[in-house]
Amino acid sequence: MANAVPVDTSPEVMLAFYRRLYPFKSIFNWLNHEHAPTRLFTHREFAFTLQGDVYLRYNSFNNADELKKQVCQLNPTRFEIGPVYSARPKDKKTARPGMFNPLKRELVFDIDMTDYDPVRTCCSGADICRRCWAFISAAVQVLHTSIREQFGYENLLWVYSGRRGIHLWISDEEAMGLTDDQRKALVNWMTVIHGGSESSKRLNVRLNGRHLPPSLQTAVEHLATIFSELVLSDQDVFASQEGYEALLEQIPDSEVVSKLRTKWNADPSRSSEDKWLDLKSQAKKYEKGSAQRATLTAAMEDIILHYTYPRIDAEVSKHRNHLLKAPFCVHPKTGRVCVPVDPQRMDEFDPESVPTVGQLLKELDTASKPGGAEGGVHHSDWERTSLKPYVDMLDKHSLRLMEQVRLEKRGKDVSW
Amino acid sequence: MFKGTERKPFHDDKDLVQVTNHGSLRYPHRLNFYDRPPLYDVTVEEFETCALDRLRILAEIESSAARNRTWEELKTVTNAQCSNYLPLHATSARTVERDSERRKDHLGHFVLRLAFCRSEDLRRRFIKAETTLFKIRYDADDNAEREMFLSSRDFDWMPVDSAEKSKYRKELLGSYQGARNESVREQAFEAEKYYKVKWTRVPDLVEKRKVFLKAGWAYVPAKEQSSIVFQEFEVHLAKALELTARSLPRLDEDTRLVPILDNLSQGFLAGVPSQWAGSGEAINSDDIKAEMVDDLAKKHFPICMRSMHDNLRRDHHLKHLGRLHYGLFLKVLGLSIEEAVVFWRKSFDRLTDDKFNKEYKYNIRHSYGLEGKRANYAAKSCQQLLTSSDHGCPYRYYSPENLQTALLSAYSSRGLTSADLSEIMSTVKATHYHVACTRVFEITHSSFGIKKGAGTGDDESVTHPNQYAAKSMELYKVQQNSAEAMVVE
Ligand SMILES: [Zn+2]
Repeated sequence: MANAVPVDTSPEVMLAFYRRLYPFKSIFNWLNHEHAPTRLFTHREFAFTLQGDVYLRYNSFNNADELKKQVCQLNPTRFEIGPVYSARPKDKKTARPGMFNPLKRELVFDIDMTDYDPVRTCCSGADICRRCWAFISAAVQVLHTSIREQFGYENLLWVYSGRRGIHLWISDEEAMGLTDDQRKALVNWMTVIHGGSESSKRLNVRLNGRHLPPSLQTAVEHLATIFSELVLSDQDVFASQEGYEALLEQIPDSEVVSKLRTKWNADPSRSSEDKWLDLKSQAKKYEKGSAQRATLTAAMEDIILHYTYPRIDAEVSKHRNHLLKAPFCVHPKTGRVCVPVDPQRMDEFDPESVPTVGQLLKELDTASKPGGAEGGVHHSDWERTSLKPYVDMLDKHSLRLMEQVRLEKRGKDVSW
Repeated sequence: MFKGTERKPFHDDKDLVQVTNHGSLRYPHRLNFYDRPPLYDVTVEEFETCALDRLRILAEIESSAARNRTWEELKTVTNAQCSNYLPLHATSARTVERDSERRKDHLGHFVLRLAFCRSEDLRRRFIKAETTLFKIRYDADDNAEREMFLSSRDFDWMPVDSAEKSKYRKELLGSYQGARNESVREQAFEAEKYYKVKWTRVPDLVEKRKVFLKAGWAYVPAKEQSSIVFQEFEVHLAKALELTARSLPRLDEDTRLVPILDNLSQGFLAGVPSQWAGSGEAINSDDIKAEMVDDLAKKHFPICMRSMHDNLRRDHHLKHLGRLHYGLFLKVLGLSIEEAVVFWRKSFDRLTDDKFNKEYKYNIRHSYGLEGKRANYAAKSCQQLLTSSDHGCPYRYYSPENLQTALLSAYSSRGLTSADLSEIMSTVKATHYHVACTRVFEITHSSFGIKKGAGTGDDESVTHPNQYAAKSMELYKVQQNSAEAMVVE
């Protein structure tokens, strides 16, 4: 990363962060859906990663204070949230065999920048910048809309993963109760690009090999603009030979491919935009309504999807008992806090402007100096730092969720 | 203990027809969602037979998955097994005792619920096999009878009216899978009826993008309706099994049933022994002499008995449980008591006559029912060997390395190559031990015309070491006879 401010995530810094800044109460509300502790919190697994990579699983707590106490005692580098079990995870050993099963958990998604390495030119590996964040931003918009409109879920919390990706937590009651089979079905519905070695292959999402399913048709119409701005203009993905060869590989018309290759080899400096236009004009040479033209048009849609459609880490979403890093943890390499992100304002989000733990503690010091405060531990210390808008965002999200649960409960009571 | 949904009262003409036609039947439908437990008196024998017969079928279904049978093959095998052990005729088959068939189906299902509710793994496997059985029957059911069955139950699907269908015409047509020809597909779509259900009820259709999704509702075309039914069957059964599991401790007090249930749940591990169970009689009519055993072991024995034989030859000895298992196996193979004494005497050639006569002879005679209780002991089945870590089933108890070495050294002369091992080992890893053994039988008997998936012939899986050996010897004999016949001609 460009600005090489030394990152301090030493045990002392982390302990101060947990003591003074981590919003335990907000996390509790969000997981618990109600004010008084329910099984959604008390039967919930927390897993701690300690200094030196010791991993402690199956912890559970009665309330936010207990959680805070334990976190401050163990001082983990991070902690993860798992499912709600049929018994308290801390009593796992004494539970009757077969009576300790995961029952509920948020439906989660993980989108990671590394899956975009084949299609970005600005950075690679662990690095990330505002420019390539646009891929994540596009993915968020598509996933957010699809989940809401197709599956009808409303309580979506997007959380920056602290480095190069983003997590989505869905807390709707139905989503919490999904079985592994149902999760797998939903993820496969959403998946277009399979990770790993398959990622360069042509897509296979069309009905009868012909038209796109309606959900993807909607997505491709939206992504066409992003493709042109991001892939063609900003990233200029097809500028290099490697880049345009990857494009040619996805065109199922050998005649067109050889024509384009000759042209581009002769003039490699043609911009991605020009190359895309070249492909378009090749398609237009075929008569309207002809099979060849239809094939090329379909291939162009597939290419748009290939470069811009969300790349989901399916394994994370498929299993109810998967553990995922809690919001507001600190990424040990970057020191950045895993803050919630507003999907409506993804374009404005800059991962490099996310506060680091060091910066926040400094802000706290500055804020407490005048008046000579005793430096006592307040629950709301975060209010005096740039963490505030992010905690507010989570609180607002939880409040809506809690209100919904309250109304549903009341509805049930009335029906008696 | 079991809570069932009440059947809807008869309300339309179709149901009236049903009443007039088949009103005398206690079970009006061939298909059953098993909502109500059997609330009648049953003898322990009936309890066990019904369950065992059903278990045979479920075990075969389960091994089909491990044996990569296609859906069509699976249907053929299952239907054949069903007509033997659990026939279930259409309502229109008036000459058949339909109620008693359906009662057996009903009872067997509930007994197996008790046996299989006791661990997460057993529940999962039982649900899968039962759902498959239901699908096979649903597929084969008469259309009109199936319609009647469906209307007897509230599946809670909402018909999509024509206004809504035309509102989402583009999306519905866009997700309608059909003929490659566009106009044929479109025509079929126009005629198609749609139902709305929560998407969670049709995850398989969602996964394959076969439905249109809107705000959590899946629009399911009538031709995919069966998905809803199957899913409902599965979910319903899963819930019922969990309830049963919770109420089972009370049942554990019934000491007559517990051993039966334990035995049944082992059935999935080993398959269900057919004619080999319980028989202490020799099954081979030809006399087998002590000196023939070496040759027979090489040609015809499954790996468990082959290993014991090889150990006996190597060590000139075999420990107690080994002697018992192997001795009974040889007895059923056809070794007479006299030959057995000769065989063991020669095998233990480092012992004095005195020691042999004192310590071993009695036990040999005992296992032939000539001493002590004079019981005619049966040879151990796969099911028993699978639970015996001492001289038990090598597929289960050997380390992967040892198993592979043992298989290659025993069978490479009979056609097994190291290329076959990965398939066998992955089956072993999935704990389908009898499937692995069956596969080894198929490979080592391919020169007798045994194809992959044919088992020991007639699609039977290996469930007993004596079955394995007898089938092998039978194949050998058939070939010998036909070879002789050719020479004679
Ligand atoms: Zn970048």
